[in-house]
Amino acid sequence: MNILEKERKVLELEKKIDELDNEVLINSLKEEMEKYKQNTMTNLNAWDRVLLARHQKRPTSSDFINYIFDDFIEFHGDRLYGDDASIIGGIGTINSQVVTVIAQQKGKNLDENLERNFAMPHPEGYRKSLRLMKQAEKFNRPIITFIDTPGAYPGLGAEERGQGEAIARNLLEMSGLTVPIIAVIIGEGGSGGALALGVANKVCMLENAIYSILSPEGYATILWKDATLASKAAEVMKLTSYDLEEYGIIDKIIKEPIGGAHFNNVATFKNTKKVILEELYELNKLTNIELRDTRIKKYRDIGFFQRFNYDNLGGLKR
Amino acid sequence: MNNLMKAFESRRVEREKTTLRNSKSNYRKNLNIDVPKGLYEKCPKCSETVNMKEMYDDAFICKHCGDHFKMRAIDRINITVDQGSFIEKGLGYITLNPLFNDGYDEKIKKYQEKTNLDEAYIYGYGRINGNPCVIGVMDSYFLMGSMGSVVGEKVTRSFEYAIYKKLPIIIFTASGGARMQEGIFSLMQMAKTSAGVLQHSDQGLLYISVLTHPTTGGVTASFASLGDITLAEPGALIGFAGPRVIEQTINQKLPEGFQRSEFLLAKGFVDKIVKRSDLKETLAKLLKFHRGY
Ligand SMILES: [Zn+2]
Repeated sequence: MNILEKERKVLELEKKIDELDNEVLINSLKEEMEKYKQNTMTNLNAWDRVLLARHQKRPTSSDFINYIFDDFIEFHGDRLYGDDASIIGGIGTINSQVVTVIAQQKGKNLDENLERNFAMPHPEGYRKSLRLMKQAEKFNRPIITFIDTPGAYPGLGAEERGQGEAIARNLLEMSGLTVPIIAVIIGEGGSGGALALGVANKVCMLENAIYSILSPEGYATILWKDATLASKAAEVMKLTSYDLEEYGIIDKIIKEPIGGAHFNNVATFKNTKKVILEELYELNKLTNIELRDTRIKKYRDIGFFQRFNYDNLGGLKR
Repeated sequence: MNNLMKAFESRRVEREKTTLRNSKSNYRKNLNIDVPKGLYEKCPKCSETVNMKEMYDDAFICKHCGDHFKMRAIDRINITVDQGSFIEKGLGYITLNPLFNDGYDEKIKKYQEKTNLDEAYIYGYGRINGNPCVIGVMDSYFLMGSMGSVVGEKVTRSFEYAIYKKLPIIIFTASGGARMQEGIFSLMQMAKTSAGVLQHSDQGLLYISVLTHPTTGGVTASFASLGDITLAEPGALIGFAGPRVIEQTINQKLPEGFQRSEFLLAKGFVDKIVKRSDLKETLAKLLKFHRGY
């Protein structure tokens, strides 16, 4: 039984509780429900987390922004081509410190998703992000990004306007920025489209978010020629927060309520805000150059390989 | 010296022989170890039959239609640098299997034996018409030139080596993108290599990116797109998303010439399209104009 089926069972119990008016019965049912959640929803496999990361009711970036930042003001446009609704950016305050916020925005229903292009950015989205990040650097304020995308949009216009160049430019420029960057992966961290907002001093990840080189469906199709093996792919891809923390790809896991973020949005936002404030407090201590250098070194050191010393081979000088 | 090291060294010696080799007859013996397979092949573009021996002399350009065939990295170095000037760097990297992907180790071994490469990227020092530079080349015959941990590390190292030597760097890209078998580690190489470009650039040094067929995915979306000067060979497929993925997404056939070099030039993402036969001269000129950078 996957997490969505378990969730359905919990919702049924909740409905039953709502219909009752006998307090004793209500309490015993509530207890039963909590027990069920505790027993079945605390030990999730990778595929469960994929389903939660994509959950229809999962809070989106704007929900996080509304709770975490005061007086958020959205800024639009890349000054080159247009405004990409799949990425929102602007400034706001957290604990009275002004920060730049950039986030990939999913919709809550089909209409919203069509407007937001299912949070799959075009080049102008990445160029808007870059413009706002450069602005943040000019005014020496930290950058907080929220990542939630299936990937950069693979379409005609996106290619025409240089999707690859736009992502590459962000990777290069983010590496060199002299202000703190904190990236928070809140749902799907899909490939280069996610990384283009993810080159950060600290990468935090919600417990049930995922971060991967491509979707499990894509991985299963490419490597096993069978998209129905997606759940198996999810297991081997090491895309959960716990796997990625172990590998040193991410720095911090943000806890979610049992059953997923949407079971208690406010608790999720609170945890996220706490982690952002903690990380910000530490990063604020670093100088501009330290921020840049430690960020470059962090990515410089990522790689899974070995090397033997070729100099020892027959006196070769290399 | 253990067996693994021996294998690395014997491949290196083979590469060096190929690089320095003057006599084409020796080279031809090697041709049948990998694509292109036969002595006679059909040109994928014009379907005319071409003699692969002659192709070598013509820098792998079809004499019927002018189409540029894919090239092995070692051949690319051969036709680009001054004879005998190439010194390979960045040796001894061992590819691992972080996700325990079934068959990945065997695949790597197979390609190593077939191509005499350790991985899909080689780099080193070379001179082009006397102009010193660092030259890096991806090889699309090695697992589609995909970028995993070792390729990412070596690309980054090549920029660092160029910084150390205060030299310009030229990279020929040919890649299907990030290497799926190494999962998230491959993705992170995009950030790592891009930071390598930045640090080289910060030293005021020149980076020329030469886009060859095919350059897609995570390589397009990282160092390939970040050159001070971006050249492309005619007719090369260059893009972020693969053509098939786009067709599936938009549910229609792509227009003729979409994502080809000429298309990228028209859209403003390439400085100049250079025929392979003119490439060495063009690169030499650019290096000369930037002497000291
Ligand atoms: Zn032809």
